Amino acid sequence: MRVLGISGSLRRDSHNTALLRHAGELFEAEGAEFTIYDGLRELPIYDEDLDVEDPHDAVARIRAAVREADAVLFATPEYNSSIPGGLKNAVDWLSRPSLAESALRSKPVAVIGASTGAFGAVWAQAELRKVLGASGARVVEGEVAVGHAMDRFDEDRRLSDESLESQVRDVTRALLAETQPQQPVQLAA
Amino acid sequence: MSTTETQAVPAGTWAVDKVHSSVGFSVAYMAGTFTGTFGDFDAAVTDGRLRGSAKVASVQVKDPNLEAHLQSPEFFDAERHPELTFESSSIERDGDEVKIDGEITIQGHTEPVQIMGQISDPIADPYGGDRFGLKLEAVIARDGFGMSWNNPLPSGEPALSNEVTITADLQLSKQG
Repeated sequence: MRVLGISGSLRRDSHNTALLRHAGELFEAEGAEFTIYDGLRELPIYDEDLDVEDPHDAVARIRAAVREADAVLFATPEYNSSIPGGLKNAVDWLSRPSLAESALRSKPVAVIGASTGAFGAVWAQAELRKVLGASGARVVEGEVAVGHAMDRFDEDRRLSDESLESQVRDVTRALLAETQPQQPVQLAA
Repeated sequence: MSTTETQAVPAGTWAVDKVHSSVGFSVAYMAGTFTGTFGDFDAAVTDGRLRGSAKVASVQVKDPNLEAHLQSPEFFDAERHPELTFESSSIERDGDEVKIDGEITIQGHTEPVQIMGQISDPIADPYGGDRFGLKLEAVIARDGFGMSWNNPLPSGEPALSNEVTITADLQLSKQG
């Protein structure tokens, strides 16, 4: 089982990337592989003229990474009550040129988030769930809102709050459960 | 099988003529009505019982991106629930009117449903067979089937109605 982590914050000491790393430990404890995607900043701004058969390397790379993953965990900060432009740009590239070809189509995804404010990016998380659903993804219920993020990680950049860790574990397990094969409903005889 | 059922629809087995039948849905959207059809469906009346199904992947609307959205987990979830199905438990007839009770399954959720419609008596068709018609309509609440997607209008009201009308216009041909 391969899970990809995508952080909406690009800075080196990002709280959201730290949150993803902590989630990664929890995935690995469940026997899954976890990788954090690091190529968001290389993506050009979405332009349909660039969305051609042989797109920019960064576009091909993120589409392949998402297609090859069994599930994707997003961690988002909140900018101006919404998701960062770079993260939305990545979702736009993943979901186009058509929904039928979306790299996110039926992909199990979950969203968590951290912010230095009190509310832990809850608006951004709600926005991102909406955007992912519209992109064809299978959005797993569950939210982890890490507010006052500057006080929630220890010296090793691990979550220091057991309650939050437990919430992250619940989301990782819910996401892994969605990757299990489901029996399609059969037509009554 | 009750006496009512045997009188309500013709006895024996009747299979749908797929070319001359249609299955679809309509739902109030913004200032009008949005409609779609299912290109691949099946239906039969056997010993007074109506069964039907439609393939989610065959949903047809006027925009391919919207077709893909309707097949996504936000709506029908074609990957996990490739078919929607109906099976009747009772059929009552009064003149040309029929009332059919049964269960409909969409996105893995099964709910009771009442279908209202019209029935025509069997006629001899030009191909040496017999056929009769059913024109059916049922209203369901889509949120009961895991389909609660919406988008607010500037007024704050939802753009897409929760009530969806499912329609089936069926010609059924005598088998055997």
